[in-house]
Amino acid sequence: MIVMKILRAVALVTLMTAVPLVVPPKAMAQQAVPANDAALLRALQAPAGDISGRISIPDRKAAVLQHPEGREWREFREGTLKAAAGGLLLAVVAGLALFYAVRGRIRIDAGPSGRTITRFGGLDRYAHWLTASSFIVLGLSGLNLIFGRTLVLPLVGPEAFATLTEIGKFAHNFLSFPFVLGIVLMFVLWVKDNIPNALDVAWISQAGGLFSKGKHPPAKRFNAGQKVIFWLVVLGGAAMSVTGYMLMFPFYATGVDGMQLMHMLHALIAAVMVAGIIGHIYIGSVGMEGAFDAMGSGEVDVNWAREHHSLWLQEEMARQGKGAKVQGGHVAPAE
Amino acid sequence: MARMKFLCDADRCIECNACVTACKNEHEVPWGINRRRVVTINDGQPGERSISMACMHCTDAPCMAVCPVDCFYKTAEGVVLHDKDLCIGCGYCFYACPFGAPQYPQVGNFGSRGKMDKCTFCAGGPEDDITPVEYQKYGSNRLAEGKLPLCAEMCSTKALLAGEGDMVAAIYKERVVKRGYGSGAWGWSVAYRESAGA
Repeated sequence: MIVMKILRAVALVTLMTAVPLVVPPKAMAQQAVPANDAALLRALQAPAGDISGRISIPDRKAAVLQHPEGREWREFREGTLKAAAGGLLLAVVAGLALFYAVRGRIRIDAGPSGRTITRFGGLDRYAHWLTASSFIVLGLSGLNLIFGRTLVLPLVGPEAFATLTEIGKFAHNFLSFPFVLGIVLMFVLWVKDNIPNALDVAWISQAGGLFSKGKHPPAKRFNAGQKVIFWLVVLGGAAMSVTGYMLMFPFYATGVDGMQLMHMLHALIAAVMVAGIIGHIYIGSVGMEGAFDAMGSGEVDVNWAREHHSLWLQEEMARQGKGAKVQGGHVAPAE
Repeated sequence: MARMKFLCDADRCIECNACVTACKNEHEVPWGINRRRVVTINDGQPGERSISMACMHCTDAPCMAVCPVDCFYKTAEGVVLHDKDLCIGCGYCFYACPFGAPQYPQVGNFGSRGKMDKCTFCAGGPEDDITPVEYQKYGSNRLAEGKLPLCAEMCSTKALLAGEGDMVAAIYKERVVKRGYGSGAWGWSVAYRESAGA
């Protein structure tokens, strides 16, 4: 899309400079206008390319007289985006359904031990749920802008749908702030454990043991899959906030061209993030026994930790003294 | 039924801005909102042209296509109108419009947009014709009174024409033939996928 825009701009400039040279002088004379008008007239009639001039009202952006790029943006919004986002999301949901049908819920192989260890403290979980709750509202209100008119409007009627969408717009604008705060917090809290290393190669080569029962490649605090989600959220979130704030503050940093581009990027990156997060929600809830506790109570079962984060469990045990923070089960009372 | 269109003859427009003033006054459009504007191209150079521009009431209107709440509608006369009760002020119609027609009052925080406002071809809105509530939201409804848009009606050089599409095209063609030149019917290729004269 951007490449097309640039190509078209280049073509237009070439055309505009070349045309007066190509057209024989006689043809211009026939139009009964001064020769230097010919290029202008052609530019005025051309349906392609921005045309702007001077304007006397104190609103610089109104000086753009004609802006045909809107057509490309319309095509993107009506066709490309719906197909790309809709296709991606349906594919992810179908893929997960198939995975669930084949693999079922991933159980703790050794069964729950009844003993737990602290995986995420209060601040960790606060950062996670701050981001998660705002992301869900942002995602739904965003999807509503793409698909609502087709899917929701016929069900609820125009008045209810307009009210719903307007609430969605305000929520989308305001929840961007907690969302960004949550991402900054998560980045600060977890970046040190999310640097890719050799363990991730092994984890990925075994597909994380996702497709084979009883296979658990070693992992530290975060495995390669979680690292992918982390960087998707951090980098995607950064891109979403930059493009989003450009749209939220129209004409502060960019003209309408820029806003069209920002909207395209915003929508496409959002679709990728929503797709990734659907997978994340699946594996953190119905997809795996014991996984939700990490972000729920923050206390995970020791057997779950041994299977999915073996090296992290060892480190924790060593750091805190064996069993010191392990709660419940049959911890012998101090004599 | 008549298909209403605007046509600006750039070879006649003298940039007096009377159309802009007439529009603002007729509809009591708030400060900062300009349903119509005059843009001068090649200002101060040979071949300078001024063009009065507002919503062109496109045949295949992009605003209508991209609106997430589907608040636009087209009248039997081809005028593109919208329902301010449904509009959420998202700005999508402005992204899609080739003529920069949609306008937004800035309400509340950041750059947040209020309900969109644009040229109605002096045809009001979805409320009952010629009622105070219609006037308050959309301005006057001259079409319902049997009159044409005020901007064109009071254009001193008759550069701006508004009315039945075939009729304004015929007037323009006659002019082009008589004077022997014309820079084309402004925005027609984009708005109506056709050209008139020249």
